[in-house]
Amino acid sequence: MIALFRKLFGTHGSGATAKERLRLVLMTDHLALAPEMIERMKQELLEVISRYVEVDRERTEVNFDRQDATLAMIANIPILSVERPAASPPQPAPQNGPSRSARRRKRSAAKASPTG
Amino acid sequence: MQRAEAETNGTPHEAAAGRRGRAIVVTSGKGGVGKTTTVANLGTALALRGARVALVDADVGLRNLDIVLGLEARVRNHLLDVLEGRVELDDALVRDKAVPSLFLLAAAQAREKDEVDLARMRAVVEALRDRFDYVLIDSPAGIEHGFRAAVAGAQEAIVVCTPEVSAVRDVDRVVGLLGDELRPQLIVNRVRPHLVKRGKMLSVEDVNAILRLPLLGVIADEPEIIIATNRGEPIARRDDGATSAAAYRAIAARIAGEDVPPPSVEVKTGFLERLGSLLGGRRA
Repeated sequence: MIALFRKLFGTHGSGATAKERLRLVLMTDHLALAPEMIERMKQELLEVISRYVEVDRERTEVNFDRQDATLAMIANIPILSVERPAASPPQPAPQNGPSRSARRRKRSAAKASPTG
Repeated sequence: MQRAEAETNGTPHEAAAGRRGRAIVVTSGKGGVGKTTTVANLGTALALRGARVALVDADVGLRNLDIVLGLEARVRNHLLDVLEGRVELDDALVRDKAVPSLFLLAAAQAREKDEVDLARMRAVVEALRDRFDYVLIDSPAGIEHGFRAAVAGAQEAIVVCTPEVSAVRDVDRVVGLLGDELRPQLIVNRVRPHLVKRGKMLSVEDVNAILRLPLLGVIADEPEIIIATNRGEPIARRDDGATSAAAYRAIAARIAGEDVPPPSVEVKTGFLERLGSLLGGRRA
């Protein structure tokens, strides 16, 4: 009975769907309109990662992709070598999911998602 | 705000009394959101307040504003005639049938938007500002040359948006192009309060949470607006309590600088809806 009422009066109307689609499409639009910001982000990202491993800057790609309800930044950063000069030893960073970060380390592509 | 209240029957020249009028472009990016209807009604409402108003149809090639105002049979000359120096400005202005302080400068029908020279457009708008209290410029859809021409002479902007994803997206883009100088203000058009209430349409708050513009007013989607447009009689002329007529007049008052609260477009909650929201646990 309650389910019937919920269906009739709509707990989750298409208005909410519109709102969500609008939020995502505008994020994408705003990123597309700010290529210099993305380039800056890419350079800073490379700077940080280069402190730990040697990366191929030429073949690095940064893209944005819609995955269901989130907009994800996909960075493909080929790693040339994990042997870094001892000058800046990697510090153990605080991790919230050891299995995930271990998996990520094995791959040569780093993924980061700015939206939750 | 009005300086020519007693001169509503004079020629356009008589309005010139030192102060210059305000040129406001009405734009949206997306087509079909009600720009032309908005311009016709705001122009009518401003003129009914006693102001002298010129409406400029900048949608060259797709002349529409004359139809909405019911002036299509009176148009002899058009904007491009004036821009290209064939006709004097005063000879191209068409006086409204019902509201004598309202004038139309129609668009050319058989020409291209690209033919509008931006510097000349600016000059024509400047000349209109000498004659009128308000110059409302109806922009074509899009963000190309026609849009730039419509914006060229304006000092202020009104953006018209409907509660749809595509319309909000386009307004967002247009506001970016307009820049801060024109201080764009928002009219949310074609709101259907019953759908909003049931969570089936973006609300005015949803729209403006994204756009973050000063809200000039909200127009409900009423069948009467369509009927008025069919007849070529802008609904703002009516003073019989039609909801959208009151809303247009309130927007006109706000444009004129009066501190009028935006009229409510909310629906009174019925018994069944209250029951539904109780059982469905909807957010307000």
